[in-house]
Amino acid sequence: MSINNYLYLSAILFTIGAVGVVVRRNAIVVFMCVELMLNAANLTLVTFSRINGTLDGQVVAFFTMVVAACEVVVGLAIIVTIYRSRRSASIDDASLLKR
Amino acid sequence: MVTNNGLVYLIALPLFGALSLLLLGRRADKWGHLLATALSASSFAVGLLQLSQMLGRATENRPVTQKLFSWISVGSFKVDASLLLDQLSICFVLLITGVGTLIHIYSISYMSHDHDRRRFFAYLNLFIAAMLLLVLGDSYLNLYVGWEGVGLASYLLIGFWNQKPAYATASKKAFVMNRIGDMGLSFAIMIAFASLGTVSFTGVKEHAHHASEATMTAIGIMLLVAAVGKSAQFPLQAWLGDAMAGPTPVSALIHAATMVTAGVYLIVRSNFVFDAAPTAQLLVVIVGAITLMFGALVGTAKDDIKKALAASTMSQIGYMILGAGLGPAGYAFAIMHLLTHGFFKAGMFLGAGSVMHGMNDEVNMRRYGALRKFMPITFITFGFGYLAIIGVPPFAGFYSKDMLIETAFNSGGTKAILLGSTALLGAAITAFYMTRVMILTFTSTKRWDDNQHPHESPILMWLPMAILAIGSVTSGFLLSRGSALKNWLEPLFESHGEHEELLSPMVVSSLALLMVALGVAIAVMKYQLSDVDAVAPQDVSIFTRIARRDLLQDDINEALFMRPGQVLTAALVKVDESVVDGAVRGIGQMAISSGSTLRRTQTGFVRSYAMLILVGAAVLIAAIWVVTQ
Repeated sequence: MSINNYLYLSAILFTIGAVGVVVRRNAIVVFMCVELMLNAANLTLVTFSRINGTLDGQVVAFFTMVVAACEVVVGLAIIVTIYRSRRSASIDDASLLKR
Repeated sequence: MVTNNGLVYLIALPLFGALSLLLLGRRADKWGHLLATALSASSFAVGLLQLSQMLGRATENRPVTQKLFSWISVGSFKVDASLLLDQLSICFVLLITGVGTLIHIYSISYMSHDHDRRRFFAYLNLFIAAMLLLVLGDSYLNLYVGWEGVGLASYLLIGFWNQKPAYATASKKAFVMNRIGDMGLSFAIMIAFASLGTVSFTGVKEHAHHASEATMTAIGIMLLVAAVGKSAQFPLQAWLGDAMAGPTPVSALIHAATMVTAGVYLIVRSNFVFDAAPTAQLLVVIVGAITLMFGALVGTAKDDIKKALAASTMSQIGYMILGAGLGPAGYAFAIMHLLTHGFFKAGMFLGAGSVMHGMNDEVNMRRYGALRKFMPITFITFGFGYLAIIGVPPFAGFYSKDMLIETAFNSGGTKAILLGSTALLGAAITAFYMTRVMILTFTSTKRWDDNQHPHESPILMWLPMAILAIGSVTSGFLLSRGSALKNWLEPLFESHGEHEELLSPMVVSSLALLMVALGVAIAVMKYQLSDVDAVAPQDVSIFTRIARRDLLQDDINEALFMRPGQVLTAALVKVDESVVDGAVRGIGQMAISSGSTLRRTQTGFVRSYAMLILVGAAVLIAAIWVVTQ
């Protein structure tokens, strides 16, 4: 199996994630799509690490996971807070800053 | 030329007085006036010393100089701050310090009730120093410093009582109108520097012969503008009447005896310029002739004693300018009239001050009358000045004015007859309005209220008046005896061919006396022998009304300069608001409107932002891909 297939997979995952972020309204789903994109990027990094025979890409992938974990904490906290105050998890309802 | 290191003291003494009185402030209140008077007197003493030394030298060695410091040195252009004392300057030095000292003495008493007397004396000393610098400068640039200095002192002293808005306005008016003349002087200096490369009197004199006549005419006309502004000549005469707002000693010193005659000094000093520029010289004569009639006519209608005297000053300076415009024949007589006028006009102004002092500062002559009994000394001293100005022999004005009329008649051509007749007619009108002043003030019936208590002034006031009165009696005779002043000043001027004699001195004198008698007779009939109203009658002819309004000089200035000036400033304000402010505001408006347009892209929807980021990233990657391919 060609190693390129990993890259194709990651591209497909990233596209699914990006489309999900743009088209879905539910904050939780958008959030999960963001995670999908991050993991697609991680897969690419690991693949390139494998191709080049170095560990750099894998190290960066760990950093990405840490960042993703932090982001989950902050993001979920925001989503829960918004849900509490506005009784809605739709991200289109949280458009107060334009005024 | 002989160097003399004592010249600087002439200026330094009064300048020291002015500075110390101003810097010490209230601490000098008790003795400031005494210091100022002493310094002015010591400057006079230095002047006398210089005169005695000058008399001891041969004619060609009489002028002395002193170099103070090197002022401007740029390439080939060098101007030293140097003083020059010659036969002409010494006349002025003695007049300025002599009359100045007398007026200092007078002011001690006149200003004794003013809590700001020290400041007054500081300004007086400042004036003396500036005026001395004016007449002692050896170049036009040095003269210019003094010229501006006397303008400043005049402004400060006219507005001395600037708590009254009208007085403050009068001082501003004098300052602004003088500024026009000052522009003329600075232009003359610039033209002289640009075309002759020098601004010193000797330098310009050397070039006067081989420079083009157009250059000399331009310099001459600009110098005339300067003289017209400073000496209140037509058409810049409007400030002198209002300048009477200053304390009376100021009117006597600055606006009668010395500063206003600086224009005559400038023209006589620049004799080499005017001798080389006949057109400019003709203009000088015309200005002098117009002003001598103008001042005389205004003088006939004024009820304010100081304004009547101011109009008379204007007219008498017109005589001097006329004389100075007649060329080498008239220079000495212009200076002689200037000196005698310095005595009698200063004396009369001090007399007017003495009358005001005794009449609770009333200036309206229609509220005077019969003051001869109450102020005998003022009456006698004023009377001597009066006899001098109308030209009764053997008083001073007779000699000097007669000479001017005679020179005008003998200057050749139809011009001579015109000028001579104007001067003669001026003499008649002078006799009329001065007799009017005399009668209204001293001899006619009493027209003041019973709560006025006219009284003679203290000795400190009448003593200077008496000394000036002696000058009014004797100076004409002394200066003209054996052509003393003419011979004294002769070396400074180009010699000139004698003109044909149109009228002999005897004829001129008798004509002048006839005119004077006529003027006096009319005034006596009109004011002495018939009753005078205490309030100026309003049902008078249009001519009287115009003369009361100073021959419409203010109205003309207003219509010609002030109104168009206001329109111009209003237009400029509009341009400033619409164009300049418009551009500035437009830029701000542009930033705001472009900002509010761009704001629309911020929808607040997270998904559209995500879309933009995505598209942006795609475009960026595509761009990198295109570039790297």
